[in-house]
Amino acid sequence: MKEDNRSLNSGRREFLKRLGGSAVAASSVAIIGCSGDKGAKKYTAEGAGGEVPTDKMTYRTNHNSGDKVSILGYGMMRLPMTKNEKEEEIIDQQRVNELVDYALAHGVNYFDTAPVYCKGASEKATGIALSRHPRNSYFIATKLSNMRGDNSFAFGKEMFENSLKELQTDYIDYLLLHNLGNRNAYTKRFIENGLLDYLQQQKREGKIRNLGWSFHGEKAFFDFMLDEAGVHWDFIQIQMNYVDWQRGNPTAEYMYNRLKEKNIPVVIMEPLLGGRLAKMNYQAMAMLKEREPEASVASWAFRFAGTYDNILTVLSGMTYMEHLQDNIRTYSPLKPLSEDEKALLMDVAKRKMGFENIDCTDCKYCMPCPYGLDIPAIFAHYNRCLDEGRMPQNEMDEDYKKQRRAFLVGLERGVPKMRQADHCTGCRECEHHCPQRIRISHEMRKIDEFVQKLLGDGRI
Amino acid sequence: MLRKIRITLATLFFVGITALFLDFTGVLPTYFGWMAKVQFVPALLAVNIAIVAGLLLLTLIFGRVYCSTICPMGVMQDIVSWIAGKKNKRRFTYSKGKTTLRTTMLILFAVALVANVAWLASIIEPYSAYGRIVNNLFAPLYAWGNNLLAYFAERADSYLFYTTDVWLKSAGTLAVAATTFVVIFILAWRNGRTWCNTICPVGTLLGFVARYSLFKPTIDTSKCSGCNLCARGCKASCIDSKSKEIDYSRCVACMNCLETCKKGAMGYRYAGFGKATKKQAETSPGNNGRREFLSAGAMVTAGSLLAQANKKVDGGLAIIEDKKIPERATPIVPVGAGTLKHFTTHCTACQLCVSKCPNNVLRPSSSIERFMQPEMSFERGFCRTACTACADVCPNGAIKPIVPEQKSSTKIGTAVWIADNCIANKDGVTCNNCERHCPNGAIKMIRKKDADRNTPRIPMIDAERCLGCGACEYVCPARPFSAIFVEGIEEHRTI
Repeated sequence: MKEDNRSLNSGRREFLKRLGGSAVAASSVAIIGCSGDKGAKKYTAEGAGGEVPTDKMTYRTNHNSGDKVSILGYGMMRLPMTKNEKEEEIIDQQRVNELVDYALAHGVNYFDTAPVYCKGASEKATGIALSRHPRNSYFIATKLSNMRGDNSFAFGKEMFENSLKELQTDYIDYLLLHNLGNRNAYTKRFIENGLLDYLQQQKREGKIRNLGWSFHGEKAFFDFMLDEAGVHWDFIQIQMNYVDWQRGNPTAEYMYNRLKEKNIPVVIMEPLLGGRLAKMNYQAMAMLKEREPEASVASWAFRFAGTYDNILTVLSGMTYMEHLQDNIRTYSPLKPLSEDEKALLMDVAKRKMGFENIDCTDCKYCMPCPYGLDIPAIFAHYNRCLDEGRMPQNEMDEDYKKQRRAFLVGLERGVPKMRQADHCTGCRECEHHCPQRIRISHEMRKIDEFVQKLLGDGRI
Repeated sequence: MLRKIRITLATLFFVGITALFLDFTGVLPTYFGWMAKVQFVPALLAVNIAIVAGLLLLTLIFGRVYCSTICPMGVMQDIVSWIAGKKNKRRFTYSKGKTTLRTTMLILFAVALVANVAWLASIIEPYSAYGRIVNNLFAPLYAWGNNLLAYFAERADSYLFYTTDVWLKSAGTLAVAATTFVVIFILAWRNGRTWCNTICPVGTLLGFVARYSLFKPTIDTSKCSGCNLCARGCKASCIDSKSKEIDYSRCVACMNCLETCKKGAMGYRYAGFGKATKKQAETSPGNNGRREFLSAGAMVTAGSLLAQANKKVDGGLAIIEDKKIPERATPIVPVGAGTLKHFTTHCTACQLCVSKCPNNVLRPSSSIERFMQPEMSFERGFCRTACTACADVCPNGAIKPIVPEQKSSTKIGTAVWIADNCIANKDGVTCNNCERHCPNGAIKMIRKKDADRNTPRIPMIDAERCLGCGACEYVCPARPFSAIFVEGIEEHRTI
């Protein structure tokens, strides 16, 4: 890939040189010629970013089971949606099939779903798409998502059995205790009711090949799970990206190092922070683009995640074909970050945090809000305006009027009036579902106050 | 030439006023607001003596030019008639004046005003009737057109257009507007200015004055051949070519006849002084016995939204039930109205404020006593302290001009708590939305009787501090009826 780029670049320079000799007027021609040249760069159905290799994917080996897992894992949480004849949101199975086929054809072999994803429809859609391929050509990861109240053994068992059914398979390659947040909940969900024993039994019977958990808790609980839980964990899923690397309690760096020391393969979630590391303010973006003008902003985050050798796979919830293609390109093969590049990302992370984004990754665990708010959409709008430097802050600013209008019109477009922050009752029902531990009602109040002030007399 | 001037002025006024009613962004009143304020009846009700005197003087000098240029209803009829006349230009004939009918309508109009039934009078008041037609029939089309543009703008990442709500504000008012439009359209299509010279009280009143106007179209009998061309082109049907006389009480000074006459007999000339007649008295205060206080019956309690805590899956949106309008014993009218009585006796229901309310608070009433007159309700927004849109545009003085500072200290209603609807009280869910949004700090959350510290608190309303803005009612999560709603008060007061 790199070779390829270099030769193309030199080709382009050559091309410019040839034209450069002529008069100034030629410069405009040169620009057109330049894009024409880019067109020559295999401008195919695979998009503007160039070729998507089918056989260069980087793989990592799980020493517990010997699985050769692609470093790019497919997260089935953000599947493409469409509307049925009753105008209800449903998964666009056709597109899911296309994406899965494409992913498999390009070397992706790890698919991560959960019973609760996509309003409960993800497993079924994943099952439909994958069952069209030989079972030994991919790994399935799913979860035990019994975190919404019912802690009974029967509920958990039924959920697991239903996963097998929905996924049309006899065994799960990677089963996770979903969203472990604190010791109390862990005990209630898996220990007291005997569910963990049941899952270990399933593992002995071959219905589960690897048993692990996904983590959204604090440091002490993390250490407890590693050191005192008394279970052999085949793998563990953590949130890791260059912003979280040195942020939070525990930091991603801490978790990664502990897992490496224990020699437990790591699966990464939120490598892009819910897409937020793909969109950023222009200053931060410029820092990355100055280093690698042709690489996507997202590719940096994926390279960061893949650079660490104990990482088994990096999950990405790819809704669109171009995201899938971009990620395959990034990982075919992976170019590990140099120390220099890592330092650059830490610098970008600092800048990004300076803007006080809300840490929402759009996972929708908080939804539905009983009072009808569209929580992730509200946060997304707020973050986007911050990232793009379009926050109307000071009435004396030259752009204030324009920014105010853009903020309010954008909000109306993104979130219907009755689902906006002013309708938050502060019941905090959502907060214990949030894996990012965002103080949702607190943030809602802040956004509401900001919007009310912005609205003034209500005229846009 | 005179005709061209008339058409130019008429176009300016017509476009300006129509735009004023169509515009929902609130930008236009700055430029065209005065056009509504120079309308005759609104100026009369606003006791705007300068404008009323000015219009009468204008008529006394030039005839009923008000009817042919300033009045949007008149110009609308001209447009309809002009289109109808594309086929047959000379389709009019002279008819005798219907003096009895005209006078009766004028008297009825005056009586309705004096008897404080302004809404009844407003049905035939030309400016308001036109406002209702635009607001009810054309504004929705305009808004939909805008929304279509907004749809494309959104896809083009432009913030030039934004979506606006289109909703049925009052079926009764829509019906009146539609009926008025159909009737006037048919009359204008067939006979031009019939409505202006039979029903319209302003036309009749100005007609009295126009008889004595200084300048008039006159027939030079020495040149007139009696060809009848002028009468066949007169949309007011006021030229009697046989007796070579013109009924100046009906002539709207459109100047069409000047150009129709091939013999040069028709001229707009100085016709000398006539006697000015006395005008109709202005509105006088009437009694206010009709309002009966309905005791606020127990509100229909409706289940508040139940928390769906144990839903198994992620994502999705809870269904939001539409809010219903609570039954208010006393209607809420905007700051600037002063008293409910002042408002109901001065408002001719032109809907200009309704079309300007950026928060979707104002809508025409459906009640029999204040039919079509605006009232406030808070299902779609609340009355923001910083907004003075309705007071800025009201041409009638029904809502007098105010400044935001005045608004934030004027009480127009009182919030009432309905214990059975309140989720904090009934469902034991923490909520302080009303307290949080009250602009005047009139709501405080207090401990329930005999409750421990962890029991959700309930709202306490300081009625003396409450402005009646409706913020609490709007943001209340209880649906379809809010657990806190505003009752109007008869007399606004400063707090």
